[in-house]
Amino acid sequence: MTHKSVSVMPLLSFRGITKRFGPLVANDAISLDLNQGEVLALLGENGAGKTTLMNILFGHYVAEEGEILVDGAPLPPGSTDAAIQAGIGMVHQHFTLAENLTVLENITLGTEPLFAWRRDIKAARTKIADMAAEYGLHADPDKLVGALSVGERQRVEILKALYRDARILILDEPTAVLTPQESDSLFETLKKLTAKGLAVIFISHKLNEILNHTNRVVVLRRGAVAGTVTTSEADRAGLARMMVGEEVNRPKVTSMMPGNAVLRLTHVDCQSDSEAQSLKDVSLEIRAHEIIGLAGVAGNGQRTLANLLSGLATADAGDVEILGAPGVADPTELVRRGVGRIPEDRHATGVVGEMPLWENLISEDRRGAEIARAGFVIDKRRALERSKRLIEEFDIRCEGPEAETRLLSGGNMQKLILARVLSRGPEFILANQPVRGLDEGAIAYVQSRLLQARADGAGVLLISEDLDELFALSDRIAVMYHGRLTPPQDTAGLTVGDVGLLMSGHEAESAHAH
Amino acid sequence: MIGDIFEILLTAGFWAATIRIVSPLILGTLGELICERAGVLNLGIEGIMTMGAMAGWMWVFQGGDLWGGIVFAAFIGALFGLFHASFTVYLGLSQHVTGIGITLFASSLSYYVFRMLLPDATTPPKIVPFQPYAIPGLSDIPVIGEALFSQTPLTYLALLSVPAVWYVLERTPLGLAVRMAGENPVAVESQGIDVLAVRTGAVMVGSAFMAIGGAFITMSAFDAFYFGMINGRGWICVALVIFASWRPGKALLGALLFAGLDALQVRAQQLAGAQIPYQFFLMAPYVLSIAAMVVMSRRASYPKALLVPFRRGDRV
Repeated sequence: MTHKSVSVMPLLSFRGITKRFGPLVANDAISLDLNQGEVLALLGENGAGKTTLMNILFGHYVAEEGEILVDGAPLPPGSTDAAIQAGIGMVHQHFTLAENLTVLENITLGTEPLFAWRRDIKAARTKIADMAAEYGLHADPDKLVGALSVGERQRVEILKALYRDARILILDEPTAVLTPQESDSLFETLKKLTAKGLAVIFISHKLNEILNHTNRVVVLRRGAVAGTVTTSEADRAGLARMMVGEEVNRPKVTSMMPGNAVLRLTHVDCQSDSEAQSLKDVSLEIRAHEIIGLAGVAGNGQRTLANLLSGLATADAGDVEILGAPGVADPTELVRRGVGRIPEDRHATGVVGEMPLWENLISEDRRGAEIARAGFVIDKRRALERSKRLIEEFDIRCEGPEAETRLLSGGNMQKLILARVLSRGPEFILANQPVRGLDEGAIAYVQSRLLQARADGAGVLLISEDLDELFALSDRIAVMYHGRLTPPQDTAGLTVGDVGLLMSGHEAESAHAH
Repeated sequence: MIGDIFEILLTAGFWAATIRIVSPLILGTLGELICERAGVLNLGIEGIMTMGAMAGWMWVFQGGDLWGGIVFAAFIGALFGLFHASFTVYLGLSQHVTGIGITLFASSLSYYVFRMLLPDATTPPKIVPFQPYAIPGLSDIPVIGEALFSQTPLTYLALLSVPAVWYVLERTPLGLAVRMAGENPVAVESQGIDVLAVRTGAVMVGSAFMAIGGAFITMSAFDAFYFGMINGRGWICVALVIFASWRPGKALLGALLFAGLDALQVRAQQLAGAQIPYQFFLMAPYVLSIAAMVVMSRRASYPKALLVPFRRGDRV
């Protein structure tokens, strides 16, 4: 053993971790080290095995092969308790908090012996206050988690890990749900944590963040380590190539003259289940040949607007005009009128997973002359023919039109929905989070299809939480906050910072300029 | 007529009856509440109460003492709770179907066992039930003394278990784990606590409460066991949990309201029995309960993971 190797003894090492789910190899002999005081980025597409690897570390899964060492000592597999004892803290992508309980209750769960006579609430309060002061992580211990913003909830998750004296903090796609300002404050926190000697594993597929805020990058591709680089020596293109395995070009936007209005909302109010989701005095016009991007943190009324435009809700006040006629609470009528609907949750409202591909492909056109005889008997032969054509045209990877839809991957399911919508030549397209959870290749495909539809004369409302996407595709961008909509502004005159401020309810400088 | 009703409300007898009726309801409601706070709906309650009624009574009839009967009933209840949990918690099966199944099974089994042990009984045999115990001093207070402090020990137990359950749920680490299991089991798991054990334990303890509630009927309110004597009290408890927004204090309030209406209707029948068919009075507590539920449950925030099974190693 040389002198040098002793001094850089890693805090945490994975040694040849392999994990299979049936025939799928989620982690293939992964080895990597984490050193004290560093932020290690774990980069990879969806399904590359990042989250699986972290779930093995945290004892949610047991690996078939390999071992994990913390300070050189093996970590017992499959035990969350052991992982916590070893100083590992995890902030899951989907927060593991109980909304009906208080911040303090969420943080202290599991920190005291279960069969004690009482919880030491006073001591917990003191410790939380101390940590808040030390790391700048402020949270009111008596507030219900349900009343907190997403950024605050994430702070509670980090506090939860620190409360149990974590030395290794795992953050699984932490910025996916944050506004740019909240992300910045998260990175500030990470700096403070690493200065105190903590090590952080930062899972992401956003290259900008990784390049700006990490020390080292490990790239995973199809379950295996595709490469490790020091961040200061890495560049965007190189990382992207390593992650995807090939060159991917996002589509280019060409400027176009907008045509007639396809959608017109005038002072629309629409009640929803919560105050923040209810639309208030929303006005918006979308014309042919144009994409309007709708930015906003989830839960600010996007769902209500989407429901309104796809015929699942009606306005309480104001005028809704969709393709030249008033809006109605009748999805079938709107589809007939020429509305194309790409729903937010493709599993829940996009397709019926238990039905075969062909039935999902024709579901919006089941009474059309091409499919139905005399308007009501489905001609299966013709439906299958058309499905085969669409499967080929939209490159849906599947066993055939008779295969069950739920077996498709996310990207292929989205292609199916695109095929259903675009094959009808819609004049207005409601694209709600169209690339959420897709990998680079599929994202590029979906985006180029949307741009093609715009070129063919459709007006598109693109609802997205990904600002990069909105800036890349939109002609104009509007921001939704607490059910109110800012007037759309030309993308060229906006910065990510402006939009971020609007997303958190502030008035941006440039918003006043108009 | 209205004046007559007010007169009834002022009698100690009315309040004593209310407290008597409320005892099994509050035990059953607390039992169901414990299960549901951990995320498990237990529709086996009607059957488990029947089983508890039979088991406690039979223990005493066979020569055991009264408190032994209560412990035995609780044990049998916990056993059925384990039965329920092994299907719903460990196998993740439908909580509705399992619960209804247990109600049908336990109701019939209790009568089967009763008949098997006492094949020749024609009129239901009797035991010597719990006797009222007047708490010295307190029972001398007018009206309240007779209503609250001249009841059987089992009633005192039922009333005291309200703050006890509240304390355990709100103030102990175990209670926090139970509540968290009903809100977000993944959070419990990721803090290193076994969700399945917490849920199973909660269902077993909750079922024991239900069984004691049932035993109250045969060992304190009456002195015999016969078929169908739980008579839907279990279902009332399920509704009371919703009425109470899953909080023990409000559960007591709801149970008191229902019991009060029930005690009132018996007395009101005698007042107006000539003009109004007595069935209307029998119906009244239920109709008014439904109305109260509509008002109360609109703001209820139910445990977020109620009815949601948790499986380890699922993709989180």
